[in-house]
Amino acid sequence: MSFLELKNITKIYPNGTKAVDETSLNVEDGEFVVFVGPSGCGKSTLLRMVAGLEDITDGQISLDGKIINDVDPSERDVAMVFQNYALYPHMSVYNNMAYGLKNRGISNDEIKNKVNEAAKLLEIDQLLSRKPSMLSGGQRQRVAMGRAIVRNPKIFLFDEPLSNLDAKLRNQMRLEIKKLQRQMGVTSIFVTHDQTEAMTLGDRIVVINNGIVEQVGTPKEIYSKPNTKFVAEFIGSPQMNLFNCKIENGIVKIDNNQITLDKKLNIENACLGVRPDDIQVNNNGQYRCIANLVEYLGSDMIIYSSMGDQEFSCKLSSKIELKAGDSFNFDILPSSVHIFDNITSNRI
Amino acid sequence: MKKVQFKSTYSQYFFLAPQLLILLIFLYWPIIQTFKDAFTMQDAFGFSSQFAGFDNFLFIFSDPSYLTAFKFTIMYSFIITLITGSIGLLLAVQANKVMHGKNVYKTLLIWPYAIAPAVVGVMANYFFSERYGLLHHLFNNLWGFNWYEDVFDAYIYVIIAGSWKQISANFIFFLAGLQAIQKTVIEASIIDCKSNIRRFWTITFPLLMPTTFFLIIINITYAFFDTFGIIDTTTIGAPGSETKTLVYKAYIDGFKGLDLGSAGAQSIMMMLIVLVITIFQFRYIEGKIHYN
Repeated sequence: MSFLELKNITKIYPNGTKAVDETSLNVEDGEFVVFVGPSGCGKSTLLRMVAGLEDITDGQISLDGKIINDVDPSERDVAMVFQNYALYPHMSVYNNMAYGLKNRGISNDEIKNKVNEAAKLLEIDQLLSRKPSMLSGGQRQRVAMGRAIVRNPKIFLFDEPLSNLDAKLRNQMRLEIKKLQRQMGVTSIFVTHDQTEAMTLGDRIVVINNGIVEQVGTPKEIYSKPNTKFVAEFIGSPQMNLFNCKIENGIVKIDNNQITLDKKLNIENACLGVRPDDIQVNNNGQYRCIANLVEYLGSDMIIYSSMGDQEFSCKLSSKIELKAGDSFNFDILPSSVHIFDNITSNRI
Repeated sequence: MKKVQFKSTYSQYFFLAPQLLILLIFLYWPIIQTFKDAFTMQDAFGFSSQFAGFDNFLFIFSDPSYLTAFKFTIMYSFIITLITGSIGLLLAVQANKVMHGKNVYKTLLIWPYAIAPAVVGVMANYFFSERYGLLHHLFNNLWGFNWYEDVFDAYIYVIIAGSWKQISANFIFFLAGLQAIQKTVIEASIIDCKSNIRRFWTITFPLLMPTTFFLIIINITYAFFDTFGIIDTTTIGAPGSETKTLVYKAYIDGFKGLDLGSAGAQSIMMMLIVLVITIFQFRYIEGKIHYN
């Protein structure tokens, strides 16, 4: 039995919206799992059901061998970090962290020890007497983390905790969260819409779309073998190029170009996926297109082009001299393509 | 940014005139008149008046009925503030939880706020009518209710009449205050604290303190001044002068008793009392409030 088990979880809101549909998932002890998906896909709802902030329409959640469907949120032994920090504005940093412990009847000395320990770990021990309004965004985030840590919970729940921070701080906090989680070994679920966060943080990633789990896997699995067209497009930046095409006898036809696949497939309505960095630009390339637009990113650049009426992008080293309007040659290796059935959206 | 300067020195007065006139006629003039009255004494027929110094003030301090009105007003505003505040808060907390028909509850609970105090008094009259009054009947069965002879019963009458309408004002401000609290703060506290009651007193209520402070001032001001119409349409101060508020007594002494000097002195005293209470609140209570 896994540490956290979600069995056929369904959430239907009173207005009839189905936010989560028959989702099952197992999370192992100490694992860092990331829920990723576009906004409104149900990832937060799923997390909030684990926390007990939303009731479960159907299905079963068990944590550490105990079914927690009807257990009060305060007794589930979970700690949550919210997007807008959700600190108690009228309490000092110390009291914000101590509040949950006080309510559990823990002695003052022990509370003091725990809070001080967590504060030291997060480097906020100088701020304990301040009110949240006197803290910066990053400091507030640390306090919110501290409030979760002192509880010593079975599971950490992070609901987009980094999206209110600026880019630099976000990267820094991301690393710290990862480090802390490793150090403490507490099972964690992290919700985000940012695929970079998902890729860098997660031991495993759960890609969710429209209340349905599209794929569960390690970052590498998800990136190299996306199960569906949605996952293929959602993970990876710039996003994967998808060409609508017809495959006959293992030969893909896009506009006037042909790609010969390794397998002899026959699909009427197919979709060929190629990651922008798998398009290899070289002078002897088999295909030739015109660069419509060039985006310079420092070490890399992104070229936007089109084959017939299907647009695509490729990512290459900016050492190559190429301007908008120039034509360029490139190769697509058959081993690097992803093929999807356009009707079911599934990988073939 | 460059400011636009008008050359004319008259046009601004022209545009300000309507507002200034209203202030002059309905505010400044009466204030000056009140001060004048407070320090003069008129003869019985109102033909002449002479400077009286502090005689009017000395007179009201020696008047036992003034002390009664003073005590009653303080008690009345304290109880009205307490009752309207706590019932308003209770209703707001409950209405905030309602999922279906939220607006119906809200509208119904806000309605009484739109009713003039005098009309509230007339309505209370029906409820406390000896012949067909619902509340009179209820209380009479419980302990023999008789407001025009029993002081305590009269208190109940004016407190109920005075509170009802003001509960709506408290309700609407508390509801707005509750809705201004971040949802995730409440959710965080749900994970941190099991007891609803404890959570309310440690998180929700402290975050409502700015609203509470505002309402305390509003409620005291209401009980001091706006209950005039209610007293005038319910007990008229009976039994004896036991339920006369300071405003009501000033009105009776000035316009019924035609003792303008005393009424003026009472008005000034009232102003001082409200001033002291407000300063006290800002000095000693406001500092303890957390504003977001």
